[in-house]
Amino acid sequence: MTTTVTDINWRLADDTDAAFSDLVRSLQDGIFSGALQLTRNRHDAEDVTQETFVRVYRALTGYDQQRIRNLELRTWTWTIALNLCRNRARTRSRRPEVSGVDLDRPVTNSDPGLIAADAADLEIWRGRLSRVSAPQRTAVVLHHVVGLPHVEIAEITGRTESTTRSDLRRGLAALRKIIEEESS
Amino acid sequence: MTNDTITQKLEQLATNAPHGLLDEVLDAVGILADEFTLVDGPTGPAYVSWSRAGVTAYVPQAIVASPEDFAAQHPRPADYVEAPPRRLAGHLDRALETGMLGKLAVDLDALGEFQRKVLEKCAEIPPGEIRPYGWIAREIGNPGAVRAVGTALGSNPIPVLIPCHRVVRSDGMIGKYAWGSAMKRELLRGEGLDPNIIEETARRGIRVVGTETTGIYCYPTCRHAKRSFSRYRVDFRSAADAEDSGYRACKVCRPAA
Repeated sequence: MTTTVTDINWRLADDTDAAFSDLVRSLQDGIFSGALQLTRNRHDAEDVTQETFVRVYRALTGYDQQRIRNLELRTWTWTIALNLCRNRARTRSRRPEVSGVDLDRPVTNSDPGLIAADAADLEIWRGRLSRVSAPQRTAVVLHHVVGLPHVEIAEITGRTESTTRSDLRRGLAALRKIIEEESS
Repeated sequence: MTNDTITQKLEQLATNAPHGLLDEVLDAVGILADEFTLVDGPTGPAYVSWSRAGVTAYVPQAIVASPEDFAAQHPRPADYVEAPPRRLAGHLDRALETGMLGKLAVDLDALGEFQRKVLEKCAEIPPGEIRPYGWIAREIGNPGAVRAVGTALGSNPIPVLIPCHRVVRSDGMIGKYAWGSAMKRELLRGEGLDPNIIEETARRGIRVVGTETTGIYCYPTCRHAKRSFSRYRVDFRSAADAEDSGYRACKVCRPAA
Protein backbone atom coordinates (compact mmCIF):
# COMPACT_ATOMS: atom_id res chain seq x y z
CA MET A 1 0.00 0.00 0.00
CA THR A 2 2.70 2.46 1.05
CA THR A 3 4.71 1.73 -2.09
CA THR A 4 1.61 2.16 -4.28
CA VAL A 5 0.77 5.50 -2.72
CA THR A 6 4.29 6.81 -3.11
CA ASP A 7 4.37 5.46 -6.65
CA ILE A 8 1.19 7.29 -7.58
CA ASN A 9 2.60 10.54 -6.12
CA TRP A 10 5.55 10.29 -8.48
CA ARG A 11 3.40 9.38 -11.43
CA LEU A 12 1.02 12.27 -10.73
CA ALA A 13 3.94 14.67 -10.47
CA ASP A 14 5.35 13.33 -13.72
CA ASP A 15 2.12 13.29 -15.77
CA THR A 16 -1.02 14.34 -13.90
CA ASP A 17 -3.42 13.47 -16.73
CA ALA A 18 -2.03 9.96 -17.19
CA ALA A 19 -2.01 9.02 -13.48
CA PHE A 20 -5.18 10.81 -12.39
CA SER A 21 -7.60 7.98 -13.22
CA ASP A 22 -5.55 5.61 -11.02
CA LEU A 23 -5.84 8.09 -8.17
CA VAL A 24 -9.62 8.23 -8.61
CA ARG A 25 -9.81 4.42 -8.78
CA SER A 26 -7.83 4.01 -5.59
CA LEU A 27 -9.88 6.49 -3.55
CA GLN A 28 -13.39 6.59 -5.02
CA ASP A 29 -14.89 3.66 -3.07
CA GLY A 30 -13.78 5.09 0.26
CA ILE A 31 -14.93 8.61 -0.49
CA PHE A 32 -18.27 7.42 -1.81
CA SER A 33 -18.88 5.04 1.14
CA GLY A 34 -18.13 7.82 3.60
CA ALA A 35 -20.16 10.42 1.72
CA LEU A 36 -23.15 8.04 1.72
CA GLN A 37 -23.24 8.36 5.50
CA LEU A 38 -22.17 12.00 5.75
CA THR A 39 -24.68 13.39 3.25
CA ARG A 40 -28.40 12.82 3.14
CA ASN A 41 -28.75 10.46 0.22
CA ARG A 42 -27.07 8.62 -2.61
CA HIS A 43 -27.59 11.46 -5.03
CA ASP A 44 -25.66 13.88 -2.79
CA ALA A 45 -22.97 11.27 -2.17
CA GLU A 46 -22.40 10.84 -5.92
CA ASP A 47 -22.27 14.61 -6.41
CA VAL A 48 -19.83 15.09 -3.57
CA THR A 49 -17.56 12.26 -4.74
CA GLN A 50 -17.48 13.61 -8.28
CA GLU A 51 -16.93 17.22 -7.19
CA THR A 52 -14.15 16.14 -4.83
CA PHE A 53 -12.13 14.62 -7.66
CA VAL A 54 -12.78 17.54 -10.00
CA ARG A 55 -11.35 19.85 -7.31
CA VAL A 56 -8.44 17.49 -6.69
CA TYR A 57 -7.60 17.51 -10.39
CA ARG A 58 -7.81 21.30 -10.69
CA ALA A 59 -5.61 21.74 -7.63
CA LEU A 60 -3.04 19.23 -8.89
CA THR A 61 -2.68 20.99 -12.23
CA GLY A 62 -1.69 24.14 -10.31
CA TYR A 63 0.90 22.46 -8.08
CA ASP A 64 4.58 22.01 -8.92
CA GLN A 65 6.10 18.52 -9.03
CA GLN A 66 7.80 18.75 -5.62
CA ARG A 67 4.53 19.65 -3.93
CA ILE A 68 2.64 16.78 -5.59
CA ARG A 69 5.34 14.27 -4.58
CA ASN A 70 5.01 15.33 -0.94
CA LEU A 71 1.20 15.31 -0.79
CA GLU A 72 -0.58 12.93 1.57
CA LEU A 73 -3.04 12.19 -1.20
CA ARG A 74 -5.74 10.34 0.74
CA THR A 75 -5.74 12.78 3.67
CA TRP A 76 -5.75 15.76 1.37
CA THR A 77 -8.54 14.35 -0.83
CA TRP A 78 -10.61 13.59 2.26
CA THR A 79 -10.17 17.14 3.56
CA ILE A 80 -11.77 18.36 0.34
CA ALA A 81 -14.49 15.68 0.45
CA LEU A 82 -15.39 16.37 4.07
CA ASN A 83 -15.76 20.08 3.37
CA LEU A 84 -18.09 19.32 0.49
CA CYS A 85 -20.14 16.94 2.66
CA ARG A 86 -20.52 19.67 5.30
CA ASN A 87 -21.44 22.35 2.75
CA ARG A 88 -23.95 19.97 1.21
CA ALA A 89 -25.56 19.32 4.60
CA ARG A 90 -25.76 23.07 5.29
CA THR A 91 -27.27 24.16 1.98
CA ARG A 92 -29.69 21.24 2.03
CA SER A 93 -31.01 22.01 5.50
CA ARG A 94 -31.92 25.53 4.40
CA ARG A 95 -33.85 24.18 1.46
CA PRO A 96 -37.05 22.22 1.50
CA GLU A 97 -36.76 18.51 0.88
CA VAL A 98 -37.13 17.39 -2.74
CA SER A 99 -40.27 15.34 -2.93
CA GLY A 100 -41.41 12.76 -5.41
CA VAL A 101 -37.89 11.78 -6.40
CA ASP A 102 -36.16 8.75 -5.03
CA LEU A 103 -32.85 10.34 -4.15
CA ASP A 104 -31.42 7.02 -3.05
CA ARG A 105 -31.73 5.60 -6.53
CA PRO A 106 -28.42 5.53 -8.35
CA VAL A 107 -27.96 8.54 -10.60
CA THR A 108 -25.32 7.01 -12.82
CA ASN A 109 -25.58 3.54 -14.29
CA SER A 110 -24.40 1.34 -11.53
CA ASP A 111 -23.87 -2.36 -11.56
CA PRO A 112 -26.08 -3.71 -8.79
CA GLY A 113 -23.77 -6.68 -8.37
CA LEU A 114 -20.97 -4.39 -7.28
CA ILE A 115 -22.85 -2.88 -4.37
CA ALA A 116 -21.92 -4.68 -1.19
CA ALA A 117 -24.00 -2.72 1.27
CA ASP A 118 -27.76 -3.11 1.26
CA ALA A 119 -29.66 0.09 0.42
CA ALA A 120 -32.08 -0.36 3.29
CA ASP A 121 -29.16 -0.88 5.70
CA LEU A 122 -27.48 2.28 4.43
CA GLU A 123 -30.66 4.21 5.06
CA ILE A 124 -31.14 2.84 8.59
CA TRP A 125 -27.58 3.61 9.63
CA ARG A 126 -27.67 7.04 8.05
CA GLY A 127 -30.71 7.75 10.21
CA ARG A 128 -28.93 6.57 13.34
CA LEU A 129 -25.72 8.43 12.54
CA SER A 130 -27.61 11.65 11.85
CA ARG A 131 -28.60 11.67 15.54
CA VAL A 132 -24.96 11.58 16.66
CA SER A 133 -23.09 14.91 16.99
CA ALA A 134 -21.23 15.97 13.84
CA PRO A 135 -17.62 15.49 15.11
CA GLN A 136 -18.47 12.07 16.51
CA ARG A 137 -20.34 11.03 13.37
CA THR A 138 -17.43 12.11 11.17
CA ALA A 139 -14.93 10.19 13.29
CA VAL A 140 -17.07 7.05 13.37
CA VAL A 141 -17.71 7.07 9.61
CA LEU A 142 -14.11 7.81 8.65
CA HIS A 143 -12.74 5.16 10.99
CA HIS A 144 -15.26 2.34 10.88
CA VAL A 145 -16.85 2.70 7.42
CA VAL A 146 -13.94 4.13 5.42
CA GLY A 147 -11.19 2.50 7.47
CA LEU A 148 -8.95 5.50 8.06
CA PRO A 149 -6.48 5.44 11.00
CA HIS A 150 -6.90 7.87 13.92
CA VAL A 151 -3.94 9.99 12.96
CA GLU A 152 -5.32 10.58 9.48
CA ILE A 153 -8.80 11.46 10.78
CA ALA A 154 -7.21 13.95 13.18
CA GLU A 155 -5.39 15.51 10.22
CA ILE A 156 -8.58 15.68 8.13
CA THR A 157 -10.84 17.12 10.83
CA GLY A 158 -8.20 19.41 12.33
CA ARG A 159 -8.65 17.92 15.78
CA THR A 160 -6.02 16.26 17.96
CA GLU A 161 -5.53 12.53 17.90
CA SER A 162 -6.74 12.14 21.50
CA THR A 163 -9.90 14.15 20.74
CA THR A 164 -10.45 11.91 17.73
CA ARG A 165 -10.19 8.82 19.97
CA SER A 166 -12.72 10.21 22.41
CA ASP A 167 -15.00 11.28 19.52
CA LEU A 168 -14.93 7.69 18.35
CA ARG A 169 -15.61 6.24 21.79
CA ARG A 170 -18.48 8.61 22.44
CA GLY A 171 -19.83 8.20 18.97
CA LEU A 172 -20.07 4.43 19.39
CA ALA A 173 -21.66 4.80 22.82
CA ALA A 174 -24.22 7.21 21.39
CA LEU A 175 -25.01 4.77 18.57
CA ARG A 176 -25.47 1.93 21.00
CA LYS A 177 -27.90 4.03 23.03
CA ILE A 178 -29.85 4.96 19.87
CA ILE A 179 -30.12 1.31 18.88
CA GLU A 180 -31.23 0.30 22.38
CA GLU A 181 -33.93 2.97 22.29
CA GLU A 182 -35.16 1.57 18.96
CA SER A 183 -35.84 -1.85 20.44
CA SER A 184 -37.43 -0.62 23.66
CA MET B 1 -25.99 -4.62 20.43
CA THR B 2 -22.34 -4.72 21.58
CA ASN B 3 -19.71 -2.26 20.35
CA ASP B 4 -18.15 -5.07 18.32
CA THR B 5 -21.40 -5.80 16.52
CA ILE B 6 -21.87 -2.11 15.83
CA THR B 7 -18.38 -1.65 14.36
CA GLN B 8 -18.85 -4.82 12.34
CA LYS B 9 -22.13 -3.46 10.93
CA LEU B 10 -20.47 -0.13 10.19
CA GLU B 11 -17.71 -1.88 8.26
CA GLN B 12 -20.35 -3.55 6.12
CA LEU B 13 -21.60 -0.12 5.02
CA ALA B 14 -18.49 0.23 2.86
CA THR B 15 -19.53 -0.02 -0.76
CA ASN B 16 -18.30 0.58 -4.29
CA ALA B 17 -18.46 3.91 -6.02
CA PRO B 18 -21.02 3.86 -8.86
CA HIS B 19 -19.86 2.37 -12.10
CA GLY B 20 -19.28 5.29 -14.45
CA LEU B 21 -18.29 7.81 -11.80
CA LEU B 22 -14.68 7.72 -12.99
CA ASP B 23 -15.76 8.57 -16.54
CA GLU B 24 -17.96 11.40 -15.25
CA VAL B 25 -14.98 12.86 -13.41
CA LEU B 26 -12.56 12.46 -16.31
CA ASP B 27 -15.11 14.01 -18.66
CA ALA B 28 -15.73 16.92 -16.27
CA VAL B 29 -12.03 17.79 -16.16
CA GLY B 30 -11.60 17.20 -19.89
CA ILE B 31 -9.28 14.18 -19.90
CA LEU B 32 -11.65 11.32 -20.64
CA ALA B 33 -9.99 9.11 -23.26
CA ASP B 34 -11.67 8.60 -26.62
CA GLU B 35 -12.31 5.05 -27.79
CA PHE B 36 -11.61 3.87 -31.30
CA THR B 37 -12.12 0.83 -33.47
CA LEU B 38 -11.61 -0.41 -37.01
CA VAL B 39 -14.50 -0.10 -39.47
CA ASP B 40 -15.02 -0.77 -43.17
CA GLY B 41 -15.23 2.50 -45.03
CA PRO B 42 -15.38 3.60 -48.67
CA THR B 43 -11.57 3.66 -48.86
CA GLY B 44 -11.20 0.32 -47.08
CA PRO B 45 -10.56 -0.32 -43.37
CA ALA B 46 -10.35 2.83 -41.28
CA TYR B 47 -10.03 3.82 -37.63
CA VAL B 48 -12.95 5.73 -36.15
CA SER B 49 -12.74 7.32 -32.71
CA TRP B 50 -15.44 8.84 -30.52
CA SER B 51 -15.93 10.70 -27.28
CA ARG B 52 -19.11 10.68 -25.21
CA ALA B 53 -20.44 13.46 -27.44
CA GLY B 54 -19.80 11.84 -30.83
CA VAL B 55 -17.28 10.82 -33.47
CA THR B 56 -13.95 12.62 -33.13
CA ALA B 57 -11.75 11.23 -35.93
CA TYR B 58 -11.57 9.05 -39.04
CA VAL B 59 -8.29 7.78 -40.48
CA PRO B 60 -7.92 5.08 -43.16
CA GLN B 61 -5.66 2.20 -42.22
CA ALA B 62 -3.71 3.02 -45.38
CA ILE B 63 -2.61 6.23 -43.61
CA VAL B 64 -2.19 4.96 -40.05
CA ALA B 65 -1.50 1.23 -39.92
CA SER B 66 -1.71 0.07 -36.31
CA PRO B 67 -3.92 0.95 -33.34
CA GLU B 68 -0.74 2.08 -31.55
CA ASP B 69 0.01 4.50 -34.39
CA PHE B 70 -3.54 5.79 -34.31
CA ALA B 71 -3.43 6.40 -30.55
CA ALA B 72 -0.05 8.12 -30.90
CA GLN B 73 -1.26 10.61 -33.52
CA HIS B 74 -4.69 11.21 -31.93
CA PRO B 75 -4.85 14.60 -30.16
CA ARG B 76 -6.38 13.04 -27.02
CA PRO B 77 -5.80 9.78 -25.14
CA ALA B 78 -7.52 6.95 -27.02
CA ASP B 79 -8.25 3.33 -26.13
CA TYR B 80 -8.77 0.63 -28.76
CA VAL B 81 -12.02 -1.33 -28.42
CA GLU B 82 -13.46 -4.22 -30.45
CA ALA B 83 -16.67 -2.44 -31.49
CA PRO B 84 -18.41 0.91 -31.14
CA PRO B 85 -21.02 1.26 -28.36
CA ARG B 86 -24.58 0.41 -29.32
CA ARG B 87 -25.71 4.07 -29.24
CA LEU B 88 -23.22 4.74 -32.06
CA ALA B 89 -22.90 1.49 -34.03
CA GLY B 90 -26.11 1.68 -36.09
CA HIS B 91 -25.76 5.35 -36.97
CA LEU B 92 -22.10 4.84 -37.90
CA ASP B 93 -22.86 1.91 -40.21
CA ARG B 94 -25.61 3.89 -41.86
CA ALA B 95 -23.46 6.99 -42.30
CA LEU B 96 -20.72 4.93 -43.97
CA GLU B 97 -23.28 3.23 -46.18
CA THR B 98 -25.25 6.31 -47.26
CA GLY B 99 -22.49 8.93 -47.30
CA MET B 100 -24.55 11.24 -45.06
CA LEU B 101 -24.08 11.78 -41.32
CA GLY B 102 -27.79 11.29 -40.64
CA LYS B 103 -28.21 10.74 -36.93
CA LEU B 104 -24.52 10.09 -36.32
CA ALA B 105 -23.29 12.64 -33.73
CA VAL B 106 -19.91 14.25 -34.31
CA ASP B 107 -17.85 15.94 -31.61
CA LEU B 108 -16.24 19.10 -32.98
CA ASP B 109 -15.85 20.77 -29.57
CA ALA B 110 -12.08 20.79 -29.77
CA LEU B 111 -12.18 22.97 -32.91
CA GLY B 112 -12.56 26.70 -33.35
CA GLU B 113 -15.92 28.23 -34.19
CA PHE B 114 -15.04 29.01 -37.80
CA GLN B 115 -13.82 25.51 -38.57
CA ARG B 116 -16.84 24.02 -36.85
CA LYS B 117 -19.16 26.10 -39.04
CA VAL B 118 -17.26 25.10 -42.18
CA LEU B 119 -17.43 21.39 -41.31
CA GLU B 120 -21.09 21.51 -40.36
CA LYS B 121 -21.90 23.17 -43.67
CA CYS B 122 -19.75 20.67 -45.55
CA ALA B 123 -21.68 17.82 -43.93
CA GLU B 124 -24.80 19.08 -45.75
CA ILE B 125 -23.39 18.24 -49.18
CA PRO B 126 -25.06 15.02 -50.34
CA PRO B 127 -23.11 12.12 -51.83
CA GLY B 128 -22.53 12.32 -55.57
CA GLU B 129 -22.52 16.13 -55.52
CA ILE B 130 -19.70 18.68 -55.23
CA ARG B 131 -19.51 22.34 -54.25
CA PRO B 132 -16.72 24.89 -54.62
CA TYR B 133 -14.85 26.24 -51.56
CA GLY B 134 -16.46 29.62 -52.24
CA TRP B 135 -19.91 28.06 -51.76
CA ILE B 136 -19.13 27.15 -48.14
CA ALA B 137 -17.59 30.58 -47.50
CA ARG B 138 -20.75 32.22 -48.84
CA GLU B 139 -23.13 29.90 -47.05
CA ILE B 140 -21.57 30.51 -43.63
CA GLY B 141 -21.81 34.26 -44.19
CA ASN B 142 -18.11 34.82 -44.81
CA PRO B 143 -17.84 35.10 -48.62
CA GLY B 144 -14.28 36.45 -48.54
CA ALA B 145 -12.89 33.56 -46.51
CA VAL B 146 -12.39 31.11 -49.40
CA ARG B 147 -8.78 30.29 -48.51
CA ALA B 148 -9.65 29.93 -44.83
CA VAL B 149 -12.37 27.45 -45.81
CA GLY B 150 -9.73 25.45 -47.69
CA THR B 151 -7.51 25.41 -44.62
CA ALA B 152 -10.40 24.44 -42.34
CA LEU B 153 -11.32 21.52 -44.60
CA GLY B 154 -7.66 20.53 -44.97
CA SER B 155 -7.50 19.83 -41.23
CA ASN B 156 -10.92 18.14 -41.04
CA PRO B 157 -10.49 15.55 -38.26
CA ILE B 158 -13.36 13.39 -39.61
CA PRO B 159 -12.84 13.13 -43.39
CA VAL B 160 -15.11 10.80 -45.36
CA LEU B 161 -17.86 11.09 -42.70
CA ILE B 162 -17.66 14.88 -43.00
CA PRO B 163 -17.27 14.83 -46.77
CA CYS B 164 -14.59 17.43 -47.46
CA HIS B 165 -13.79 15.40 -50.59
CA ARG B 166 -17.01 16.89 -52.02
CA VAL B 167 -15.56 20.40 -51.95
CA VAL B 168 -13.54 21.41 -55.00
CA ARG B 169 -11.66 24.41 -56.35
CA SER B 170 -13.67 27.39 -57.49
CA ASP B 171 -12.41 26.88 -61.08
CA GLY B 172 -14.06 23.45 -61.02
CA MET B 173 -10.86 21.39 -60.74
CA ILE B 174 -10.91 18.61 -58.11
CA GLY B 175 -7.99 20.08 -56.17
CA LYS B 176 -6.01 18.89 -53.19
CA TYR B 177 -6.86 16.46 -50.42
CA ALA B 178 -5.18 15.85 -47.06
CA TRP B 179 -4.53 12.21 -48.07
CA GLY B 180 -3.63 13.02 -51.68
CA SER B 181 -5.85 13.94 -54.64
CA ALA B 182 -5.90 10.30 -55.81
CA MET B 183 -7.95 9.34 -52.77
CA LYS B 184 -10.25 12.33 -53.29
CA ARG B 185 -10.91 11.15 -56.84
CA GLU B 186 -11.46 7.59 -55.68
CA LEU B 187 -14.02 8.75 -53.10
CA LEU B 188 -15.90 10.77 -55.72
CA ARG B 189 -15.85 7.84 -58.17
CA GLY B 190 -17.29 5.70 -55.37
CA GLU B 191 -20.25 8.08 -55.29
CA GLY B 192 -20.90 7.78 -59.03
CA LEU B 193 -19.04 10.91 -60.16
CA ASP B 194 -16.35 10.91 -62.86
CA PRO B 195 -13.57 13.30 -61.82
CA ASN B 196 -12.29 13.43 -65.42
CA ILE B 197 -15.66 14.55 -66.77
CA ILE B 198 -15.96 17.10 -63.93
CA GLU B 199 -12.58 18.59 -64.82
CA GLU B 200 -13.33 18.45 -68.56
CA THR B 201 -16.55 20.41 -67.93
CA ALA B 202 -14.55 22.89 -65.84
CA ARG B 203 -11.92 23.30 -68.57
CA ARG B 204 -14.65 24.15 -71.03
CA GLY B 205 -15.50 27.05 -68.69
CA ILE B 206 -18.83 25.64 -67.54
CA ARG B 207 -19.62 26.59 -63.91
CA VAL B 208 -23.40 26.25 -63.72
CA VAL B 209 -26.04 24.63 -65.90
CA GLY B 210 -29.58 25.74 -66.55
CA THR B 211 -32.70 23.77 -67.48
CA GLU B 212 -34.70 25.44 -70.26
CA THR B 213 -38.03 23.99 -69.20
CA THR B 214 -37.82 25.32 -65.62
CA GLY B 215 -35.62 28.38 -66.01
CA ILE B 216 -33.53 27.25 -63.05
CA TYR B 217 -29.74 26.97 -62.95
CA CYS B 218 -27.70 24.65 -60.70
CA TYR B 219 -24.21 23.43 -60.01
CA PRO B 220 -23.55 20.71 -62.61
CA THR B 221 -23.65 17.90 -60.00
CA CYS B 222 -26.80 19.10 -58.23
CA ARG B 223 -29.36 16.27 -58.18
CA HIS B 224 -31.85 18.59 -59.91
CA ALA B 225 -29.44 19.39 -62.74
CA LYS B 226 -28.55 15.73 -63.17
CA ARG B 227 -32.20 14.83 -63.42
CA SER B 228 -32.99 17.14 -66.33
CA PHE B 229 -32.67 15.84 -69.90
CA SER B 230 -29.52 16.91 -71.70
CA ARG B 231 -31.44 18.38 -74.64
CA TYR B 232 -32.92 21.00 -72.28
CA ARG B 233 -29.58 21.76 -70.66
CA VAL B 234 -27.92 25.15 -71.12
CA ASP B 235 -24.31 25.71 -70.02
CA PHE B 236 -23.24 28.97 -68.39
CA ARG B 237 -19.79 30.37 -67.59
CA SER B 238 -21.03 31.95 -64.36
CA ALA B 239 -24.07 32.46 -62.17
CA ALA B 240 -24.21 36.06 -63.43
CA ASP B 241 -24.45 34.80 -67.03
CA ALA B 242 -27.36 32.58 -66.08
CA GLU B 243 -29.11 35.43 -64.27
CA ASP B 244 -28.60 37.68 -67.32
CA SER B 245 -30.32 35.03 -69.45
CA GLY B 246 -33.33 35.14 -67.13
CA TYR B 247 -32.58 32.00 -65.09
CA ARG B 248 -32.96 31.85 -61.33
CA ALA B 249 -30.73 30.01 -58.87
CA CYS B 250 -31.71 26.55 -57.65
CA LYS B 251 -32.90 26.67 -54.05
CA VAL B 252 -31.34 23.31 -53.25
CA CYS B 253 -27.72 23.74 -54.39
CA ARG B 254 -27.81 27.56 -54.10
CA PRO B 255 -25.18 28.39 -56.76
CA ALA B 256 -25.39 32.16 -56.11
CA ALA B 257 -25.68 34.53 -53.18
